[in-house]
Amino acid sequence: MIRFTAIRLIEIAAMLVVMSFVIYGLIGLMPGDPIDLMMAADPHLTSADLARLKELYGVGQPLITRYAAWATAVLHGDLGYSRLFAAPVTATLLPPLGNSLVLMGSSFVLAFALSLGLGIAAARRPRSRFDAAVNFTAFAGVSLPTFWLALILILVFAESLHWLPAGGMTGSDNDGLADRLRHLVLPVATLTIASVGSYTRYVRAAMRDALGQDHIRTARAKGASEARVIWRHALRSALVPITTILALSFGTLVSGALVTEQMFAYPGMGKLIFDAVMGNDYNLALTALLLATAVTMAANLAADLAYAWLDPRVTYR
Amino acid sequence: MQLTRVLREAWRVVCRARRGVGLAAAWLMLLASLLPAAAAEHDELSIGIVQFPVMLNPNIEAVAAKSYVLGFTTRPFTVFDADWKLVCLICTELPSFENGRAVRTQLPDGKTGVDLTYTIRPDATWGDGVPVTTDDVKFTYEAGRNKDSAISNAELYRRILSVEIKDDKTFILHFDRLTYEYAAIDDFVLLPAHLERPAFADPAQYRLRTLYATDPTNPGLYNGPYRVSELVQGSHIVLVPNEHWAGPKPPFRRITIRAIENSAALEANLLSGTVDMVPGEMGLPLDEALAFDKQHGRDFTIVYKPGLSFEHVDCNLAVPALADRNVREALLLGLDRATLVKSLFADRQSVADSFVEPLDKGFTDQVPRYPYDPAKAQQLLEGAGWHLQPDGKRKNGDGKTLSLELTTTAGNHSRELVEQVLQSQWQKIGVDIRIHNEPARVLFGETVPHRRFELAMYAWSSAPENEPRSIFHSKEIPSADNAYSGQNAVGYDNPEMDRIIDTLETELDRAKRQALWAEAQVLYATDLPSLPLYFRSDAFILPKWLGGLTPTGNQFPSTLWVTDWSVKP
Repeated sequence: MIRFTAIRLIEIAAMLVVMSFVIYGLIGLMPGDPIDLMMAADPHLTSADLARLKELYGVGQPLITRYAAWATAVLHGDLGYSRLFAAPVTATLLPPLGNSLVLMGSSFVLAFALSLGLGIAAARRPRSRFDAAVNFTAFAGVSLPTFWLALILILVFAESLHWLPAGGMTGSDNDGLADRLRHLVLPVATLTIASVGSYTRYVRAAMRDALGQDHIRTARAKGASEARVIWRHALRSALVPITTILALSFGTLVSGALVTEQMFAYPGMGKLIFDAVMGNDYNLALTALLLATAVTMAANLAADLAYAWLDPRVTYR
Repeated sequence: MQLTRVLREAWRVVCRARRGVGLAAAWLMLLASLLPAAAAEHDELSIGIVQFPVMLNPNIEAVAAKSYVLGFTTRPFTVFDADWKLVCLICTELPSFENGRAVRTQLPDGKTGVDLTYTIRPDATWGDGVPVTTDDVKFTYEAGRNKDSAISNAELYRRILSVEIKDDKTFILHFDRLTYEYAAIDDFVLLPAHLERPAFADPAQYRLRTLYATDPTNPGLYNGPYRVSELVQGSHIVLVPNEHWAGPKPPFRRITIRAIENSAALEANLLSGTVDMVPGEMGLPLDEALAFDKQHGRDFTIVYKPGLSFEHVDCNLAVPALADRNVREALLLGLDRATLVKSLFADRQSVADSFVEPLDKGFTDQVPRYPYDPAKAQQLLEGAGWHLQPDGKRKNGDGKTLSLELTTTAGNHSRELVEQVLQSQWQKIGVDIRIHNEPARVLFGETVPHRRFELAMYAWSSAPENEPRSIFHSKEIPSADNAYSGQNAVGYDNPEMDRIIDTLETELDRAKRQALWAEAQVLYATDLPSLPLYFRSDAFILPKWLGGLTPTGNQFPSTLWVTDWSVKP
């Protein structure tokens, strides 16, 4: 197990190095660097001004030279400055990261809890009306465009009923925790509704497979209660594929949800990454994207390790 | 008490419904109980804008969102007001030859320069109580002149040869040339020397170390009626009255500026009351504002203000078909711009006949006009050698089809609508149009400066009486030799236009200058290096209770006059 984990960690590190180069190169290939845009805005800039500004903003060197300088600085613990926000990358990244963790984490937990209940209940009564209703709801949730769903929720709960704020993180009076929670309700609801459908489908399918296995029949034949059969035996088997899906979803905790963030004017990682990429903010975009990659890979490693715990037949050597 | 009542009601609903619906209702009722009571008086204002100003240093990277916010917090020396008249804000008097504050000088190279004397208002004070003095002028000039500082508007600091300090409040700027707008130093916005000088120790690092980035809520950074009290990046900025402001009392105890980039969400925020107003400077596109007006206009005051943004189609004169003036005229005659403006923008925008806005002092209506005339357009195209084929397209003697690529900013709904009208109308006269839109950063960062387009639709925004050097002078054609600087992307090269522009800049006589403006407009409307479409209007969506807000229509935001705003009784 230790050897397996060590090898996977080395793989992750190697993958991050490759990804950093690929991301840096891709951003560099995008047309229109920041100085080109400044030039478009200020007709008085001369060619000498442009050369000076390119040097000052660090975009005058070849891409590979810039990448090498960035990688060297990162190895010394310096993630650099965000060009767009004129602040250290860490300071720029942390507040939206915290916001995204709260937003995405809340919706992730809610969606998973709901899908676990709905999926198990539907799997226990396949082809029943309840199963059909769950399937229909799941498909509807998956099919609804997020921006439309967000807009409908805003129109109903903010505009018509005036129960909840339409967007932002806090109200004008900044009431503290209660105010923050009120502002979270609609974006969390949007993300939960958007993701609960697919999670429910996975849970239902995995539980149906598990409930059809021999050891479940054996457990029932031995007189185990239905609750024990479901929660102790079937769910444990079903959790193996579900864990894979959850692990893959972990990256979104730190990469944010661009559409939802835009609709609710919520300053999270999705918007930050989008702005950084569109604004050629190499340091910020690279760090944010690598963070999302690292979290996804770490979550997959955790899922691999969890398999061994969930399924005794799985061993790592 | 309220919470107890809500809980009891929620429990009743749960018991009766016995299903999940009841639980959801109870949950929502609980949330509703958390709602704060509505403010009884309008002592706060919440403004929704579509872009967040990333950093508030007034002299680094000028963007519209930043100008809008700084209008509340910072007073420039000179600005154009709502009547498009140059006025002093932090100075006592505009320099002029009549009042002796402007003095013509002879430079060592024989050229004529000008010395301008400004006096800072005696009561001008930074938000931390430190008076605004000529030390701030000196520091701002030093920072602007330093080539490593990333301060924008390098041209202004090149033109100011030196600064002479007379006393704590009075200084003289020595300019290297005398232009007709000599008194305007609107981009010379003061920085607080007592706070910013340490951050400028390493000029190359200034843009990262400026307190506007590292400590934006420091009161000493602002000298206007408001100061920034809270800034949450990407979310909102809270402004509170500047305790050391000596001018008229600010009308609100708190102003919150929220960035809501999605226009549908912005509308929903307006309707729900989360924001009170959406300003024209940073608000909804006109077509969306018109739709909003139709549905909800009675609940708001909606003001449409024509501005200085000139929407046009650039014709790349390096493209053989477009190098022919008759083809360009045919394209313009083939467009029913009056109907376009009426049907898409409810006549809230005016059709352009030249590049000068009718409200501008330099405007003349004595220019060639091109009303919709598809028959004449077809005739011109035939004369230019583009003959109509049975398939409805035109070909020349070499068998080449008259097919042009039209580019604009992808995602700009208004422009995409107009683009479709253009395509449809030009197809009627046999011109095939291929639409190829690009994100703004690609269009303005690469395609237009490198002249890699055939027809490009976008807007030029200028100041009142802004001489058109960058867009029409032949020296401003972008090329590898000038590192693609300059905005004459069409490649317009007419010595007569060059002469007019060169003379215009230094002509001080009002009447002579007006004649030159007229000449430039006639020449433009004759040569048609670009096809004029219309002048854009901004829509201000305001609450009925807000008074005193006067849109300027120029590059200076209405927020500069926030002390004129009031709550209607």
